[in-house]
Amino acid sequence: MTQENTTTGKPKRPFFVRRGPMENIATALIAIGFLMLFQPFALVLYTYSLVTLLAGTVMFIIVSKFPE
Amino acid sequence: MAARFKGRAAVSRPVAFSSLLVMPVTDTDTTLLDKAAEKAVRATPVPLAYRVRGLSDRSIAWLFIMPTIVLLLAINIFPLIWAVYLSFTNFRANRPNAEIDGVGLTNYQRVLTDPDIWQAMQTTAHFVFWTILLQMLIGFALAYLIDRKFRGHAFWTTVILIPMMLSPAVVGNFWRFLYQPQIGLFNYVYSFFTGVEPSSFEMLGSVTLSPWAIIIVDTWMWTPYVMLICLAGLRSIPDYIYEAAEVDRASAWRQFWSITVPMALPFIMLAVLFRAIENFKMFDMVVLLTGGGPGSTTEVASITLKREAFESWRTGRASAFAIILFVAVFGLANIYVKALNKVKQR
Repeated sequence: MTQENTTTGKPKRPFFVRRGPMENIATALIAIGFLMLFQPFALVLYTYSLVTLLAGTVMFIIVSKFPE
Repeated sequence: MAARFKGRAAVSRPVAFSSLLVMPVTDTDTTLLDKAAEKAVRATPVPLAYRVRGLSDRSIAWLFIMPTIVLLLAINIFPLIWAVYLSFTNFRANRPNAEIDGVGLTNYQRVLTDPDIWQAMQTTAHFVFWTILLQMLIGFALAYLIDRKFRGHAFWTTVILIPMMLSPAVVGNFWRFLYQPQIGLFNYVYSFFTGVEPSSFEMLGSVTLSPWAIIIVDTWMWTPYVMLICLAGLRSIPDYIYEAAEVDRASAWRQFWSITVPMALPFIMLAVLFRAIENFKMFDMVVLLTGGGPGSTTEVASITLKREAFESWRTGRASAFAIILFVAVFGLANIYVKALNKVKQR
């Protein structure tokens, strides 16, 4: 164990396997997808809403299983 | 006989009935429960009792929940998986013997590029946004007033709850009469307060007014439900917190924003979740009031879905549309539950 690890406790997990930030990204994707689905401004946003929503939802289901 | 009964009693362990209760039980209750358990033991056929004897607690638990799981799989999960499958095919329910071909993502592509379906989504969003906003504001205000416990508050609670107890079919027909321009009460009340001629406007026939006509009816019917949930939230706040705030000379305004709202927030959020899910699939009331008209002004997503599935008979495309709605509601419910848990942990 290095000196750095002993002073700061456990070594930090890589960003992509950390639950907190990944859950926030998934939440943002779902919220954006939802707004895209119901907005009245551009048909193209409506067209890509399902992809965004689905990506966010699948990501949320996966990352919510990561340890805290 | 006594020995036989004793053996069966050992199998079913009647004492466990009373030990399962969380509430403290009196001696009389225990005796009654024991008597009921003994009756159940006596009614159990001997071969079944001996068969159950060898099962672990876990197996017995599975045995009890299995009927529910089977029903859930048959009624919810299987149709969902079947709809996902159909959404990738050209299946038409009016031609059950026709050959089913896979069409890939064509159904999704058509739904997501159709301006009419896009319009229906906007109508749904308009309806959901305004009904939730109005129901929350009026429902919370009513709950706050009822919580003051004035004389006759129980009577008024019952009166307020009446619309919620009516069937949507009854409410739809009832409001159609109220909205009649010639004989309807709504137009006359509006005319009384504003001076506008009662027959000069038609709530259900006007392009601009008909979405609001539906919002008014849904708000009238479901505000009591929101009020009830908010009232539960307000009643759960202990009095000593307000007493401590009084001692600290907190104003009524400060108490409302620092105690009442934060402590009732999980309940308010639950009410929003329930009403939002319910209103996304609103169908009956809109059909009864306007049938989606005039034109397609009030055609919400569920009506479009029904027309695709059972009037145009494009079952595959309707399934794709249903899956899109499902993903939207499921995704939103996920993040909403996360937010709700955060609020509860505070």
